[in-house]
Amino acid sequence: MTVRFRLTEEQRALRAGVRQLLERRFGADALRAAVARPGHLDRELWRELGAAGLFALRLPEAEGGVGLGLPETVLVFEETGRALLPGPVLASHLAAGTVPGAATGECVVARADGSLVEWLDAADTVCGDASGALPLRSVDPLTPLHRVLGAGADAPDPVAVLLTAAEQLGTATRACELAVQHARAREQFGQPIGAFQAVKHLCADLLVRAETARAAVYAAAVTADPADIAAARLLADEAAVRGARDCLQVHGGMGFTWEAEVHLHLKRAWVRAQRGGGSTQSEEALAADLVA
Amino acid sequence: MDLSYTPEEEEFRVRLREWLAKVLPTLPAGPSPDDWPGRRAYDLGWQRMLYDAGYADVHWDASPTTRLIFLEETEKAGAPYVGANFVGLLHAGPTLAAEGTPEQRARWLPPILRGDEVWCQGFSEPDAGSDLAALRTRARRDGDDYVVSGSKIWTSHAEVADWCELLVRTDPQAPRHRGITWLAMPMDADGITVRPLRTLAGSAEFAEVFLDEVRVPVAHRVGAENDGWRVTMVTLSFERGTAFVGEVVACRRVLGELARTARENGRWDDPVLRRRLGRLSAEFRALWRLTQWNVSEAEAGGGVPGVGGSVFKLSYSHARQELYDTAAEVLGPDCLDLDRPWVLDRLSSLSYTIAAGTSQIQRNIVAERILGLPKGR
Ligand SMILES: Cc1cc2nc3c(=O)[nH]c(=O)nc-3n(C[C@H](O)[C@H](O)[C@H](O)COP(=O)(O)OP(=O)(O)OC[C@H]3O[C@@H](n4cnc5c(N)ncnc54)[C@H](O)[C@@H]3O)c2cc1C
Repeated sequence: MTVRFRLTEEQRALRAGVRQLLERRFGADALRAAVARPGHLDRELWRELGAAGLFALRLPEAEGGVGLGLPETVLVFEETGRALLPGPVLASHLAAGTVPGAATGECVVARADGSLVEWLDAADTVCGDASGALPLRSVDPLTPLHRVLGAGADAPDPVAVLLTAAEQLGTATRACELAVQHARAREQFGQPIGAFQAVKHLCADLLVRAETARAAVYAAAVTADPADIAAARLLADEAAVRGARDCLQVHGGMGFTWEAEVHLHLKRAWVRAQRGGGSTQSEEALAADLVA
Repeated sequence: MDLSYTPEEEEFRVRLREWLAKVLPTLPAGPSPDDWPGRRAYDLGWQRMLYDAGYADVHWDASPTTRLIFLEETEKAGAPYVGANFVGLLHAGPTLAAEGTPEQRARWLPPILRGDEVWCQGFSEPDAGSDLAALRTRARRDGDDYVVSGSKIWTSHAEVADWCELLVRTDPQAPRHRGITWLAMPMDADGITVRPLRTLAGSAEFAEVFLDEVRVPVAHRVGAENDGWRVTMVTLSFERGTAFVGEVVACRRVLGELARTARENGRWDDPVLRRRLGRLSAEFRALWRLTQWNVSEAEAGGGVPGVGGSVFKLSYSHARQELYDTAAEVLGPDCLDLDRPWVLDRLSSLSYTIAAGTSQIQRNIVAERILGLPKGR
């Protein structure tokens, strides 16, 4: 019996386990608390995530890591993205094995990615050149940002691009779930708004974009091919940003509030879309590949 | 998650490739789009070659993955399309295989596989399109026959078909979905008038079919009387499954050709066009992976393609139209010249959001059956 292009039992279990962990340790209350304290990183949570192996996923077991591959890592990042987990998860993951303490969560690592650095002040160390970085008033209450002026446009690390796509996929999936939940529960004109075709079709398109992106992201995790990764990133960015916006629309006035969780997904999706390997770069890379 | 193939599958691929390399150069030139008898003969001839080489039943008997490999390789090699065999191989055949009696299967399946007979699909009516269950073509029992009167529309390949998979109303009193019956109607029966309809691409791809007291033997009924809706759903799930595999491969090839043409004619210097091509490349890569995903799910779920086909069709029909709109941008003013490549394809692509369930209907299916949103009135 061959394993096909679908999740194995182990992969399903991994995904469920991470989701459970995040629900337990970073549930609705923790999310609200995090929004109320912008820039604050919960060190205890960070060490717990380190102990659970979140940052050491791809480190070999001999080096104290979990020894998993890219596909599993993508599933985990999909979950952290879905849960809106704050903190430099990607930077710490990439630093595990090279920066002491990154893997265990003892050392918090930030990373200069293009012209932005996430979580610079909260970090113990920073990878890449963040000299002269200036703080900005971040649009996303869950991601403090610094701007690096004149940063060179280095070719982005393909793994960073792929894992960013995985986080965006998590957002797209969550946006679809939230939109559907609301469309079922909220009634107007004597029926659930999800019975109105205009709403129904927004939800359907949310799912179509998310599932198309999912196929691209998972395949890129299997092949690790740079063109596949660029494609995954493009589709996942779009699925997340447009998905979160459509989700907001389905929520009506509630969607425009600080209280509802919807805006946090959109803002985070915007932040990730600015990371290296964003849409212009990905589109140009794929175009070049067509004539290569 | 695994994108590799088994040694048996790889062997199948290699054997198929070798065979294609050998036989494709021996094929006669394709007929012109208006030469219907020529098209019929050509499409049936190709099916006959597949049959003789042992590939005829790949649409039915093989595993979904083998089918995927077959469609990928034949497209890459530039082999002919299923063409006039489409309904036989992808609609009527699978339905007969699943729902027919042993006698019915023995009568109808071998000629489809051998490339002897062409089928068409008589579902849509002037007043029953998206709302297929509103169909009114009436069949009244008379001894061993049904006597059928009414009209069908948009029937592809009707002019050259030997058989029609026909949906008729056998019980006008029953609730709409419970009074429908599936019949195999011989297209040479008395009382059938076929009137070709010209499509916006200029050729006559489909037709109106008028039925006036056409006698169809009761033995040609597949499934029970008034159970035709369920029988039909079997057919439609096949239609929305792997039917577009070859086309996705073809679209990726066209995309490469577009990029090369743009390089030659200078339009490549326009970053907006380049980025549009790059995005399309992402979409078709994703659609190929989504196909592999759906095939894997179908394989795990026992072979019948699921609702994932609706997600695919929505994405694909949109991407295909975007592809040929981008082709027009690459061509510039030449996009108005019907003798240029891609210009006719651009016209044909307009049908993709309509045929086999419009995009609006597909969104209803996704929202109601996958997401569980309430059904509209
Ligand atoms: C190239 C081509 C080949 C075809 N071949 C065949 C064939 O071989 N055999 C066959 O039986 N049929 C065939 N068809 C018919 C095809 O299945 C129908 O055209 C299709 O189902 C739509 O039906 P309609 O044309 O009556 O449009 P309508 O159903 O009248 O739809 C018109 C518009 O209204 C929208 N609409 C309708 N109902 C709803 C709803 N509930 N919610 C939202 N929007 C709605 C549609 O999306 C569409 O935009 C073919 C069609 C084409 C274009």
